[in-house]
Amino acid sequence: MHSVPGAGLAATIRLRRGEFALDVELRCPPGITCVMGPSGAGKSTILSVLAGLALPDAGRITLGDEVWLDRARGVDVPVHQRRLAFVLQGLALFPHMSALGNVAYGMPDVARRERRARAQALLDRVGVGHLARRRPRTYSGGEAQRVALARALARAPRLMLLDEPFSALDRALRAQLAALVHELVDELGIPLIHVTHSVAEARLLADQVIRIERGAVVASGPAAAVLASAATLEE
Amino acid sequence: MLGSIDWAPLALSLRVASLATVVTLVIGTALALLLTWRKLPARHLIDAVISAPLVLPPTVLGYYLLVLLGRDRAIGRAWEAVFGAPIVFTFTGAVIAASVGSLPLVVRSIRLGIESVEPDLIAAARTLGARPARVVATIVLPLAAPGLVAGAMLGFARALGDYGATQMLAGARIGGTPTASIFVMDQLLANHDDQVFAMSLATTIVGVAMLYFANRLTHRLRRA
Repeated sequence: MHSVPGAGLAATIRLRRGEFALDVELRCPPGITCVMGPSGAGKSTILSVLAGLALPDAGRITLGDEVWLDRARGVDVPVHQRRLAFVLQGLALFPHMSALGNVAYGMPDVARRERRARAQALLDRVGVGHLARRRPRTYSGGEAQRVALARALARAPRLMLLDEPFSALDRALRAQLAALVHELVDELGIPLIHVTHSVAEARLLADQVIRIERGAVVASGPAAAVLASAATLEE
Repeated sequence: MLGSIDWAPLALSLRVASLATVVTLVIGTALALLLTWRKLPARHLIDAVISAPLVLPPTVLGYYLLVLLGRDRAIGRAWEAVFGAPIVFTFTGAVIAASVGSLPLVVRSIRLGIESVEPDLIAAARTLGARPARVVATIVLPLAAPGLVAGAMLGFARALGDYGATQMLAGARIGGTPTASIFVMDQLLANHDDQVFAMSLATTIVGVAMLYFANRLTHRLRRA
């Protein structure tokens, strides 16, 4: 497992919603952590809590020395103040804005001209500079993923969250995007949490794997080891 | 025949309805946003009160407004002290009467538009660092535009046609001129059939033209 220097994520999350209960402890160093498990295991809920879109009953989230959540002490940093990037499953590109507008959205405090230049540079970086003036409904699946990644990077995030963003793509495109994600994470030196239920995708991406079932961690560790045991379970 | 028609009532009605549309769009957008906020206390009660003008007879609505805004009432007196003119039996009164009748239609329509915005887009904007006010201004309202246009259209149509509440609050004449709908009734009672016909036709043309252009605009916004 290769490691990247930088601030790691540590989180304990406890939450109960009717029948569903989640009780997990996560440690994600800089690099790519794949969170795997069957649907309904609580993977997406974990991302919502980390992003600040959902509030757990108890828990604590720290990124390096920043405390984002500490329910015992009443700390709950609002979503818009957590420096993170969240690529949602449906990507959620803003349909009424161009690619440039989408990417620039995350940099409101930067002067207009500088903002556009930076957005263009990010689009170029992920290989879709030519889409700058076009709106999302004209993009192919792979192009939309790349624009979403560029938008996520615009905030100079300290944590990246990806919720099965590649599930609709074919194998070749997935491999290309996985390579891109790897490069970006190495450049930024931040933890990236990638939710997936595909072992193949985890093999492509993960440095570390956490397996979740019914709201609890059942295995975690270096990708090779956890995936080997997962393969024997599934095959 | 058209030369002898008095068009002042139609002009007055268009002025009243236009102003009422602006007023209801501003207030209606604020109320619609408030009502889509799930944590709002007594949400359903507030919703019911805003919607009340839909189920009240317009004369009853006008009566309430008269009681609430009259020259001897707190609001009416405060208004008169600030603006130097009363609300009742004035142009302002006509705009308020038309606005209150339109408001529930406008709020409903805008609310549908707001609720049709995908929650993931709002979540994405928040994770990109947008405060709630910015999310509303840059994501929610632009994407709810078809609902706003539809609301403006319904509100204008309702305001243009108001009769009962306007009669109660603003009277039958505003600066000597009746609104178009009151004019039609007056002329009918006076057996001026050509006047009734011309004004009816004119308001119909204005109303249908409004609907046509608003529909086209909504369609274009939906495709964009």
